[in-house]
Amino acid sequence: MPLNLDAYLGIQPDALEVYSQRGEVLAANLANADTPGYLARDIDFRAALAAASQGQDTSGSADAPLQPETTSSDDVTASSPQDSLSTEQYLKYRVPLAPSLDGNTVDSQMEESAFAQNNVRYEASLTFLEDRFNELTTVITG
Amino acid sequence: MALTNIFNIAGSGMSAESVRLNTVASNLANADSVSSSPDGAYKARYPVFQAVQNSLAAAASSDPLQAADASVKVQGIVQSTTPGTASYDPGNPLADANGYVYSSNVNVVEQMADMISASRSYQNDADVLNTSKQLMLDTLKLGQS
Repeated sequence: MPLNLDAYLGIQPDALEVYSQRGEVLAANLANADTPGYLARDIDFRAALAAASQGQDTSGSADAPLQPETTSSDDVTASSPQDSLSTEQYLKYRVPLAPSLDGNTVDSQMEESAFAQNNVRYEASLTFLEDRFNELTTVITG
Repeated sequence: MALTNIFNIAGSGMSAESVRLNTVASNLANADSVSSSPDGAYKARYPVFQAVQNSLAAAASSDPLQAADASVKVQGIVQSTTPGTASYDPGNPLADANGYVYSSNVNVVEQMADMISASRSYQNDADVLNTSKQLMLDTLKLGQS
């Protein structure tokens, strides 16, 4: 039975991708903490991850990625290769707790804690992946 | 890869905040400067920050939601237009014909608050940079232990 590496690794690689994108958005918020009129944003994590793990691209199937052909039932099957994940459609503006006079909606403390939380989860996903690879190594080397 | 963009974003934030710290230093240093005319007096300077969209696709799109990564740039430096105070000091070599000198319009207390705000933001950005670096290193080591 061929091993489907994507299925074996589960949702973790997708989660890692979404976490890193979210980290980027949060870093942009923190960098623009003093920019007048800047509106803080965040990613709708649930929707982004759901789309990422299904490998769906809502932009249409016209440029669907090529599927490798299998010539024998022993071939290793590949799940549909994903386009680079686009989380842009899941970007939402943050509702400000205390709007400031210059129109900036970044709350440094909130962004900082969201960033820390995001990083811990990134590390957690990384640990799960690590364990999966260790399992594989154990299976291979005995 | 998204994590590498964080370096650019946080780096731009740090550079913008350091410009802000520079203007604060300049303002504080010149707080007591005097001049012989109101126009020649030192005026407090302030940087103007602006968000910059990094990706071309984001810049081309009119939808602001399309832009995931926004770094900061200092768009320019503006000078405060608040009038400075004139004080009577005929002994000062810079005094005008009526014996007045014109001091800068720097508000020292405001500058100190600005300095703390800038240094906190700088620390935040440095923190983001450090954490992202650690995450990238951990990711590079994936499967090697």
